[in-house]
Amino acid sequence: MNPLAAYLVVAALVFAIGLAISLTRRNAILVLIGIELMLNAANLNLIAFWRFSPHTAGHGDGLTGMMFAIFSIAVAAAEAAVGLGLIIAYHRHTKTTDLDAMTRMKG
Amino acid sequence: MIACSASLFANWLAQSPAAEFPPDMIAEGATSFIVRMLWLIPAIPMVTAGLIALLKQPRRKTAATLAIGGLVLSLLLSIMAFSHVLNSWGHGAATREVVNFNWFDLGTTHLQLGWILDPLAAVMLVMVTFVGLLIFIYSTGYMAHDENFTRFFCFLSLFAGGMLGVLIANSLLLLFMCWEIVGLTSYLLIGFWYQKPSAAAAAKKAFLTTRVGDIFFLLGIVWLFAQTGTLLFYNHGFGAMEPTALATLLAQPAALGLSAATVIGLLIFAGAAGKSGQLPLHVWLPDAMEGPTPVSALIHAATMVAAGVYLVARVYPLMSAGAAPGGSTVSLAVIAWIGALTALFGALVAVAQNDIKRILAYSTISQLGYMMVGLAVGGVAVGMFHLITHAFFKALLFLGAGSVIHGCHEEQDIRRMGHLRKAMPVTFLTYSVGMLALSGFPIFFSGFWSKDAIIGAAHSWPISQGPFFLLIIGALLTAFYMTRQVAYVFFGGWRGSHHTHPHESPTVMTLPLSILAVFAVGLGVLGTPAWPWFTSFIESKFLIVDMQAFSEPGLLPLMGFAILLVFVGIGLGWYLYARKPIEVPVGAPVHDHAQEHGDEPEDTPCDLKDVLESPAPVVWKWLANRLYFDELYAATVLRWYAALAWVSDWMDRRVWGGIVAGVSNSFRGLGLANKSIDSQWIDGTFDKGCEELVTGGGALAWLQAGRTPGYLRTLTMGVLVLAGLALIVGAATGQVRL
Repeated sequence: MNPLAAYLVVAALVFAIGLAISLTRRNAILVLIGIELMLNAANLNLIAFWRFSPHTAGHGDGLTGMMFAIFSIAVAAAEAAVGLGLIIAYHRHTKTTDLDAMTRMKG
Repeated sequence: MIACSASLFANWLAQSPAAEFPPDMIAEGATSFIVRMLWLIPAIPMVTAGLIALLKQPRRKTAATLAIGGLVLSLLLSIMAFSHVLNSWGHGAATREVVNFNWFDLGTTHLQLGWILDPLAAVMLVMVTFVGLLIFIYSTGYMAHDENFTRFFCFLSLFAGGMLGVLIANSLLLLFMCWEIVGLTSYLLIGFWYQKPSAAAAAKKAFLTTRVGDIFFLLGIVWLFAQTGTLLFYNHGFGAMEPTALATLLAQPAALGLSAATVIGLLIFAGAAGKSGQLPLHVWLPDAMEGPTPVSALIHAATMVAAGVYLVARVYPLMSAGAAPGGSTVSLAVIAWIGALTALFGALVAVAQNDIKRILAYSTISQLGYMMVGLAVGGVAVGMFHLITHAFFKALLFLGAGSVIHGCHEEQDIRRMGHLRKAMPVTFLTYSVGMLALSGFPIFFSGFWSKDAIIGAAHSWPISQGPFFLLIIGALLTAFYMTRQVAYVFFGGWRGSHHTHPHESPTVMTLPLSILAVFAVGLGVLGTPAWPWFTSFIESKFLIVDMQAFSEPGLLPLMGFAILLVFVGIGLGWYLYARKPIEVPVGAPVHDHAQEHGDEPEDTPCDLKDVLESPAPVVWKWLANRLYFDELYAATVLRWYAALAWVSDWMDRRVWGGIVAGVSNSFRGLGLANKSIDSQWIDGTFDKGCEELVTGGGALAWLQAGRTPGYLRTLTMGVLVLAGLALIVGAATGQVRL
């Protein structure tokens, strides 16, 4: 197993765990944590592919992959802030964070 | 110091009029302030008419105040305009000042309107506003008990506005527009008591009869515009009444060897004849007496009917275009003959009438004939002088008649009056003044001088002596019928109902009578041969006192002859009607008119026979029936019209109506077919579509459950399916190695 494959396996596991959390939990904060896990699995993939890409192997002359990951993390931070803000605001009104109870937008 | 400033002040006083109105020797002066403001004179009464129209009926005082106040303003402006013209006359020649403006352009054709101030307009403005004001004041008394008082003053104001517009118009088109306003108000006021069928019919008759003349008038206007390209009277050399345009018109042959100038002149005269009650369009004027008496005085005696005479005076350059010095033209000859015939006809018929207002109406027709003859044979000033004096004494007579009618409780038949000189002294005195003025009683009364000028001019007319003879017979008859009327009304014994007690009218009615009486006497001073102030003013000539004028050959004998005629007429009337008091014949039923207020005096027979009726019953019958003019028209023009109307009606119902019905039925069939297609096909399709949409929407709504985890699951399933698809496709194409 080459190093890249090992990284990818780890990332796939993290993604799967995140997806599982998102699908199974009813607490909105936990779902948000699951989404964060999936996002970071993707970041891990980006870094791994950058580090072991044939063009940059051993040299690291380009910063493309690195920059991509940093941007992704920054966007994820913003997204987490918005998501948490929404959940807190919702909680203030209804005293619940249960996703199954959030059916007001039903068509 | 004081002396110095005093002399400066005197200098300034001496110079200021000259500085204000620089002497203007040319015919058309620069426009001054009063001329630019001239439009206000007709505008103010029109605006007050509009304001009164907005008032509610019970606001009587407000309405009368508005109307009278508006007319007072117009009178003041008119006096200012008059003194302006007078001033310019004092500085040399009386000016003619015009203000013209573009109304609209049609391509390269410019239609211009404008107003004018010259001696003719100035004199008429003062006369109309002054007589109008007196009649307005009189009306507040006469109409005091009428429930439509406010409406009456609205119409009166509108009439005054229209009439003043006619007077100041410098454009034939503007004149025509105001002319029609005047015609409309005449219609409205004749039919003021429209509940009476006779009044409604008289209003219609007046409107339609004058319309006949107006059609010709309009034709003349259009023709004039086509020939000269302008409808302005005076426009600094380019107006239709100025030499350039007149030369064009004279050079243009029309038909029967007449020039366009002649034909247009005759067409315009047809309009004037309709308005001024000349033969054969006079039939409406006697019926117009159905209106309230102030209306008869203001519109159908003093001002409106004079509008036709004024129109002829206004277009006089056109009428007299091409005349040799001392000669005449075809248009003027026609006017003279028609005027003379009208003068005699009116006087003849007036002899045999029994309605106090109808006598005056025929007298008006007759006097308008005199004015027309005066214009045609003697020039503008002769005709206009009689117009002005006539306006005063005829308004006086009509208002006096109104006072009599008012005092006798709406009685109009002179056979049921009598002995009123005791009951109504003021009315009697003023009425006598009016009667003497109309008869042409010598020296002291205005009517003598103005009528004498016309008869004198007719005598020296070069074309024919016919009009002269018609006029002198008319003059004799005028004195006769007026004496007859006064004898019937004011002398003899009371022949009315025993329940009626005639009384004098209130001061608000007798005061205008007195003022008018003063003018009926005094105005004669302005037109004597020795001091022809009026003629000089109208013709803008130098005025001198010339006692030698009386010694002109033929003047004094003619004047003596006229005086003799008047005395014969009055004497004959006195001998026949007042020598023995007219009494109710023994055994005749005393008519009780007070009980049937508002019904027609003509409908109830009166057994009182006229003195002239027994010796010549046939002639009397003809005259009493107005020479059967109405019957003649009923038998000819009206019957033909009725037939035409019947044919038109039949065509309308059967032919045109059938076509219209066919078209509309076919469209209805088309509509029915359309409706079935619509409801069965188009609607059905649409309904089906809507049902499908509802079903589909229901299915989709199930997906929108609103549960976030559900969405998330769906999303995951989708991603998994896509990923699986990517794997399978990738494996199949060899891009992915599993």
